[in-house]
Amino acid sequence: MSDPILSVHDLTIDIPMGQGTMHAVRGIGFDLKRGETLCIVGESGSGKSLTSLAIMGLLPKNLKRAASRLEFARIDLQHQKPRQMRDLRGNRMAMIFQEPMTSLNPAYTIGDQLEEAYLLHNKTGRAEARARAVALLGKVGITAAESRLSQYPHQLSGGLRQRVMIAMALMCAPELIIADEPTTALDVTIQAQILRLLADLQREMNMAMILVTHDLGVVARIADKVAVMYAGEVVEQGTAQEIFRHPRHPYTRGLLRCIPVPGKTKPGEHLGSIPGIVPSLIGRMEGCAFRTRCDVAEAACASAVPERHTETGHAWRCIHENEGHENEGRVPA
Amino acid sequence: MLAFTLKRLGLAVLVTLTVSLLSFSLLFMSGDPASAIAGENASASDVDAIRALYGFDRPFLVQYGDWLTSALRGDFGQSYYFKMPVSELIADRLSITMLLGVCGISFALLTAVPLGVAAAMRPNTLIDRTALFISVMGQAMPSFWFGLVLIVIFSIRLNWLPPSGSNGWQNFIMPTVVLGYYAMPAIMRLTRAGMLEVLGADYIRTARAKGASEMRVMFKHALRNAVVPVVSLAAVQMGFMLGGSIVVESIFALHGAGYLAWESIARNDLPTVQALILIFSLFYIVFTFLSDLANAWLDPRIRVG
Repeated sequence: MSDPILSVHDLTIDIPMGQGTMHAVRGIGFDLKRGETLCIVGESGSGKSLTSLAIMGLLPKNLKRAASRLEFARIDLQHQKPRQMRDLRGNRMAMIFQEPMTSLNPAYTIGDQLEEAYLLHNKTGRAEARARAVALLGKVGITAAESRLSQYPHQLSGGLRQRVMIAMALMCAPELIIADEPTTALDVTIQAQILRLLADLQREMNMAMILVTHDLGVVARIADKVAVMYAGEVVEQGTAQEIFRHPRHPYTRGLLRCIPVPGKTKPGEHLGSIPGIVPSLIGRMEGCAFRTRCDVAEAACASAVPERHTETGHAWRCIHENEGHENEGRVPA
Repeated sequence: MLAFTLKRLGLAVLVTLTVSLLSFSLLFMSGDPASAIAGENASASDVDAIRALYGFDRPFLVQYGDWLTSALRGDFGQSYYFKMPVSELIADRLSITMLLGVCGISFALLTAVPLGVAAAMRPNTLIDRTALFISVMGQAMPSFWFGLVLIVIFSIRLNWLPPSGSNGWQNFIMPTVVLGYYAMPAIMRLTRAGMLEVLGADYIRTARAKGASEMRVMFKHALRNAVVPVVSLAAVQMGFMLGGSIVVESIFALHGAGYLAWESIARNDLPTVQALILIFSLFYIVFTFLSDLANAWLDPRIRVG
């Protein structure tokens, strides 16, 4: 098989705080090949967004990033100068953010902002950038693209703005695209359209894609690989098939129980929930972070947690060899 | 944009009319103008003669209409004290004040905006603290004292700059600094606050994610959004400088319009006071109008509905 386009090993992100250091991301890793979609799943505060910002080199300055390996297309991202990172960002790796309403600059037209993304990395004239912008707006399903160029963000709806953001990320045909909860702020019907669009474009342009989400329904539809994050760790990862058919980690199984399945979940039936709250990540962590909420926790969970994996690459962190109850076919629609 | 401009223009005209009415009424609010002109020792018949001569016995609205139509032609009547046409008197003095005002606001903007941006780029560092110190000094020092200190240093000790008069450009350096430094702190702090707020915005992160350089992020993406309130503030301060630089004009003996206003008030020279009030108000109105236009240009949300 080909080399991975993105290789992340033992990534940690520390946030210095008044009361000590917050270990927001604690030694996570994954590999991603061209054309693959990795979904990072987890609840708010599990470190998903920080992980994507860390790959882009967009973490706030006071945060500390470390990794034993952080490579994009064989480029060591940890030893790139700011200038070199700028040449990669928006060019070979691009990002789509969660908040389409506020992610576009209110002072400039859509056209200006799309063209800027192209002109920053290509020594060509505006005409070419403009043609590219029109083509991409068409590609992301915006009608009358030509006339949209002179509009301002406040004249567009949330769904349209997110389409513009996607077009902007694609201006330089990136090899890696990171979408950080791209549909969270949108209506449910628009969510489905945007996700389908992203999945289609990813396939068509053969990009690697990281989709950060807390919506498992989304994951089931478009993921090749899934990484489940909890309290700054990847507690389980594997192919989408493995995660949904044979979830190993109690947290993953808990998440899957929370999803209603059309036709199977009866009206009024209690949906699953995971009791308790996410532990504080300030100070030193020991043992399994999930043990306080886990229904199969034991005393041993407070000490080191082994990492287990199958030959196919399905990996999880739990003291239980194989809690392997099947998921009873609970694949969300 | 055209509709917006016309609307603002209409508002400006209405405000101007209101102000003209108010400034004209001043004449009658400060007592009987005829006895004021006649002086303390005049007889009743003298006062009556003066009243008839100046037309103070006519109905108020007629007098206002008269005054306004002449004012529109640039005729503000005769100055009681200087015994010359008010318009000539003001034109002469206004050129000095306008030059000083333009220099002062330019000085304030050219120091305050870069300093505010620098402070916002590195909050709580030495740069930020220095900028804060400079602005607190500017806020705390009275203009008359700062002006005198400059005269002591640069005119008396070093003998580099003339202490008073308005003969050459050197005369305007110290007044510009004093006047500009007075306006600088507010502009600086507003720029800093605006930049800090804008730098936390999502679209700044988007610009960085595109691969834009830090300078481009600051000046193309952030500053344009941060300066909208600064423009409004600068417009008000510009109006203030053109109308109220009495202290600075007195210290440096620059006989501008501010100084003239002070003289005319002290001498009960009502036609001059009326004209000055109208003109000073016009400055505010014009600058507010211009700042509205500038802001509409800067922020499309104002101009494109």
